[in-house]
Amino acid sequence: MSNEPVMHADTSVSVPVEVQHHEEHVHHEHHQSFITKYVFSQDHKMIARQFLITGMIWAVIGGLMSVLFRLQIGYPEESFPFLQNLLGKWWFENGHLTAQAYYALVTTHGTVLVFFVLTAGLSGTFANLLIPLQVGARDMASPFLNMLSYWFFFLASVIMFSSIFVSTGPFSGGWTAYPPLSALHDASPGSQHGMDLWLIAMATFVVSSLLGGLNYIVTILNMRTKGMSMTRLPLTIWALFFTAVLGVLSFPVLLSGLILLIFDRNFGTSFYLSDIYVASTNTALPNEGGNAILFQHLFWFLGHPEVYIILLPALGMVSEIISTNARKPIFGYMAMVASLFAIAILSFLVWAHHMFVSGLNPFLGSIFVLLTLLIAVPSAIKVFNWLTTLWRGNIRFTPAMLFAIGFVSLFISGGLTGIWLGNSALDIHLHDTYFVVAHFHIVMGVASMFGMFAGIYHWFPKMFGRYLNNTLGYIHFWITIAGAYMIFWPMHYEGLAGMPRRYYDYSSWTSFNQFGGLNRIISTVAMVVFFIQILFLINFFYSIFKGRKLTTPNPWGSNTLEWTTPIDTGHGNWPGEIPEVHRWAYDYGKDGREFVPQNEPVGHDETSH
Amino acid sequence: MSMFFIIAVIVLIFMIIFQIAKASEYVSVIKGEEKAKKEQNKINGFFMIAFLIAGLIGIYLCNKALYPKTLLIHDSASVQGEKVDSMLRVTLVITGIVFLITQIALFWFGFKYQQTDKRKAYYYLHNNSLELIWTAVPAIAMTVLVVIGLRNWYSFTGAAPKNAMQIEVVGKQFGWIFRYSGNDKIFGKKYYKLIDDAGNNTLGQDWKDQANLDDVVVQGTMYLVKDKPVNLIIGSRDVIHDVGLPQFRLKMDAVPGTPTSLWFTPKYTTKEMKEITGNPDFQYELSCDQMCGNGHYSMRGIIVVVTQAEYDVWLAQQKPNYYAVFPDKDPSNQKPQLADTTKTTAAISALPSKKM
Repeated sequence: MSNEPVMHADTSVSVPVEVQHHEEHVHHEHHQSFITKYVFSQDHKMIARQFLITGMIWAVIGGLMSVLFRLQIGYPEESFPFLQNLLGKWWFENGHLTAQAYYALVTTHGTVLVFFVLTAGLSGTFANLLIPLQVGARDMASPFLNMLSYWFFFLASVIMFSSIFVSTGPFSGGWTAYPPLSALHDASPGSQHGMDLWLIAMATFVVSSLLGGLNYIVTILNMRTKGMSMTRLPLTIWALFFTAVLGVLSFPVLLSGLILLIFDRNFGTSFYLSDIYVASTNTALPNEGGNAILFQHLFWFLGHPEVYIILLPALGMVSEIISTNARKPIFGYMAMVASLFAIAILSFLVWAHHMFVSGLNPFLGSIFVLLTLLIAVPSAIKVFNWLTTLWRGNIRFTPAMLFAIGFVSLFISGGLTGIWLGNSALDIHLHDTYFVVAHFHIVMGVASMFGMFAGIYHWFPKMFGRYLNNTLGYIHFWITIAGAYMIFWPMHYEGLAGMPRRYYDYSSWTSFNQFGGLNRIISTVAMVVFFIQILFLINFFYSIFKGRKLTTPNPWGSNTLEWTTPIDTGHGNWPGEIPEVHRWAYDYGKDGREFVPQNEPVGHDETSH
Repeated sequence: MSMFFIIAVIVLIFMIIFQIAKASEYVSVIKGEEKAKKEQNKINGFFMIAFLIAGLIGIYLCNKALYPKTLLIHDSASVQGEKVDSMLRVTLVITGIVFLITQIALFWFGFKYQQTDKRKAYYYLHNNSLELIWTAVPAIAMTVLVVIGLRNWYSFTGAAPKNAMQIEVVGKQFGWIFRYSGNDKIFGKKYYKLIDDAGNNTLGQDWKDQANLDDVVVQGTMYLVKDKPVNLIIGSRDVIHDVGLPQFRLKMDAVPGTPTSLWFTPKYTTKEMKEITGNPDFQYELSCDQMCGNGHYSMRGIIVVVTQAEYDVWLAQQKPNYYAVFPDKDPSNQKPQLADTTKTTAAISALPSKKM
């Protein structure tokens, strides 16, 4: 686990091989119209901004949905006539959220947050922004496919959004879309046209994700600048690399599952259907011999890697931000890479832990227990390495650093409850209760959101040439982390009481109605936290135009290559040659120097380690 | 009107916060950025430690307020659930220790190592023995948890004892149907295409199979016997449901076309649980734990645990479903002097399902 060979790498003078390329680029720059620069742009930085802003719009929509259904859980007695006036009778009746609207909101909230915000919004944004800049490339391997990736995402967004306005409502069977509920038009109004649109949107989304992912992998493997060996890559790039590999290998499996579902829904096949009697129409369906559990296998074969597709970019960015702002090298770089690799591999081997109570063969279940709990080991390595990176550092609390530290805190809290749920004998009690809701919201939802915020605060100057307002950033962070814990911590107790998730109303249950007061508190805090995010949005959009201007290209004193580009980075990233890399990305505090950029040659008298 | 007021207040608060934030930026420019940054750093360093302390106090208070509302203050109502509970405690202790160590270290380091001019960051790359320790220790802890977990898992999912009573549980949108095999201890064949809700054949029993003639079908409420293992044969008529048994600490999906099973041994009768929980309204509830449509939240079943004697009395009062489908075959309809008693028992057994 030494970087020694890396440090002694060749320091010969670079040859200006990129000159010709550069001239092309200048030529290109002159012919940009509004459309090619801002709309159908092939510049990875613009595509990153498009992903980010689209993701943010979805985050607001998805967040607003959670506020609406939390109103129902927290205030089931209260009536909201103004919301009825606003949204109409399908959603609110007599001032109360209807059950169909509640389930539609829960489902869309889940789908949107998991796929559109935390997959496209997070890895779409930062893979696009950081991969070419940090590996030292002028753009992605295929800028055109990269542009298509965004526009397929945009198309998926439009289709998903339009499903909200269908007369039978959007899909309402949960974001996991288990058949037969999702396969039978008559099982639920949400399983009618809303589900068709949901499926088309998801299929389009998979296309977008594959186009992006292939590009990321090729760019990282083939377009690193001179001297940028794999072991000199910043951890962000390693994380984004594994993320892309996971996506490319697992999204097609989801697509296959969705296609079979489309067939079952519309063309009379029986992949997932057997022995079904639909009471609402008094008909026994002809389908026999299918297996509903098959879909769960296909879904979770994506679904579990998906959790890490969401999480890994955050892990990478947090490593980078913590190291930069602790002014210390990341502790155990090779262990960090190895643990990312281990997590990526294991993420393919644990999918059935979502299915412990589906009637799965108990022996198979036990294998998945073992593999699931194994993930705790690389996760523990990461946590302890971050802690050691902070230890004896000289920590600057930029808003990005605060969110990175908050991420570590949430990752610990949510990761530890994963040890409960991954153990099938405990899952048999906790499965599908609020304990699960608390677990995955903390470790996947809020933690990745924190990773995303950390990334936005850290790279905003690179993206827009201006700073975000720090004070607003601090307010944003402290209220959000306190609020996130206040929302999700108590939910563990609800889960320990067996309170099931996805219930519209608990009032008729003697086992679960003792939490009425708690639900009210959680809903209230959720609303406050939501409004604080609006504050962040104001900060974001205000600062794009009116923020304090950047005066130095390297505001954080960072080592990585993106900060060697000019403040106003054009298409092609570096006006002259692409810098050559002579060292790894984490020479912070070496030999008494604050930081040593990657493109600085190794000095003759420089100590090696 | 109050809505506009709330919106106005929120907008006002936003404007105030925004102006303060903007002003602080100008002030920092005037004061000199370095100085302003140092001040901000100090404030956030203080918040680190404050958040840690407030958080730990918050966890304590939260636990104090909410722990009594969980199921864990009382014994599990099933023998299997005891193992779940003891496992929960072991896991809580192990993860709790890790939680405290890492969270305290995280925020303490944040506070302790905040930026000063006096300290230079320690250039520290890696330490193999340290890394080995925190690879090995979690691995060992996980092994312990896996061993405990799998031992319990196999005992839960292993074959039910031979003396277990068998009950068929079928989920439908949105309710539960239970079938008892009657005197012959054999469930008659069923086929989903024979289901006829209007004709009372809710499970699709095949009347050509003689074993069906004495099968008892009840809706909404299931009777179990204290200390007697019960094996639930679980199925679904339409979409996936889940037999959730919070007080027994167990659950199992109900999948159409693919039967599943779950067995356990109830420890306390409903009456005893009323005393244990001090709640005179206590009922064992059967919750659907798998999203099954818009009525998911209302898919409530009742479980009544009774003594063997009480159970025998109850079962004797139940009429085979055959008679509900073919009332003319019912011997009680042919003997008018018995009709009154059956009617009243039928009414009693129908009571709980009305609550649905």
